[in-house]
Amino acid sequence: MSQQPGWPLFEVFVRAKRGLSHVHAGSLHAPDAPMALRNARDIYTRRQEGVSLWVVKSEDITANSPDERDSFFDPAGDKAYRHPTFYDVPEDVEYL
Amino acid sequence: MNEQVTRTTPDQTVATPTGTSPTAHTAYLLGLADDALIYAQRLGGWLTRAPQIEEDMALGNIGLDLLGQARSLLTHAGGIEGQGRDEDDLAYLRDEREFRNVHLVEQPRGDFALEMARMLWFATYQHELYAALVTSRDEVLAGVAGKAIKEVSYHRDHAAQWVPRLGDGTQESHARMQQALVEISPYVAELTDDDPASGWAAESGIGVLPSALAGTVHAHVTGVVEQATLTMPDEPRWRSRGGRQSVHSEAMGFLLAEMQHLHRSHPGATW
Repeated sequence: MSQQPGWPLFEVFVRAKRGLSHVHAGSLHAPDAPMALRNARDIYTRRQEGVSLWVVKSEDITANSPDERDSFFDPAGDKAYRHPTFYDVPEDVEYL
Repeated sequence: MNEQVTRTTPDQTVATPTGTSPTAHTAYLLGLADDALIYAQRLGGWLTRAPQIEEDMALGNIGLDLLGQARSLLTHAGGIEGQGRDEDDLAYLRDEREFRNVHLVEQPRGDFALEMARMLWFATYQHELYAALVTSRDEVLAGVAGKAIKEVSYHRDHAAQWVPRLGDGTQESHARMQQALVEISPYVAELTDDDPASGWAAESGIGVLPSALAGTVHAHVTGVVEQATLTMPDEPRWRSRGGRQSVHSEAMGFLLAEMQHLHRSHPGATW
């Protein structure tokens, strides 16, 4: 795929069915957002993968840097009390 | 489709309007099927050659939609004909003088602007055509039209997305898009020419007179062209004729050679 100046990168999010959330599916190039949506339809939903599509310019996404991984995520590692595993759940409660 | 229509001069046997005529019925279906089949073949030629891989996928998808329509229509035409020919027989074993597609769809691939000009005209025509065929007395045809109209409405949108982007883009894209509209213009009128088969089909409630679609098609294309800051070309100095009479242009023989050679060399090959 040739990188053409002026064709920005878009990230594609697909919702597989009603009730589920949009999930990141991949990225693509398009001249603008409406064309990105159509390209996403052709590339990511041609086998009925979705009922809803979002496209977002990649440059509009703020992501954490890999350098910050330790300070961002490691502190959560030893805090087992944050998991709701210390409650007695009645047997007939199905979805919890 | 049930309104009184004036038939063009018949130059082949056409049955009375309300009677059955397998010949005219088959001919009408083959016209619809061949337009879709040959344009699918042309769009397949864009794979790996589109401006971006995303556009490769878009044109390939559109071609496959058309191929699906062609398969249903060819199978149905073979059934009406009643001589035991299936979709492969009709697609791969007919010769040039038996294909009934218009010249527009058989023309060689040009630049991307030319393809978008061709797609804008063809998808707009197909959209109006299938919208009318949804109420056909031929239930199979009505079913194919009902499914296909969603597909061609996307094809029409695809062209309507690109034509304004190119027309209202850079100086060069504007000039090339305008040139594409001029180059395609001689092939446009043939889409909405009436012929004996469509005359018969319209009178028997099975089909629609192409000329009845011309106004709507022209108005839609004009709208897109004007939005694109382009101008509709002047009346062309010549125009294509003969596709529905199976008289084709030079490109058709080469297209068929490429499309048919595998099946003719290895009959019934599958994978």
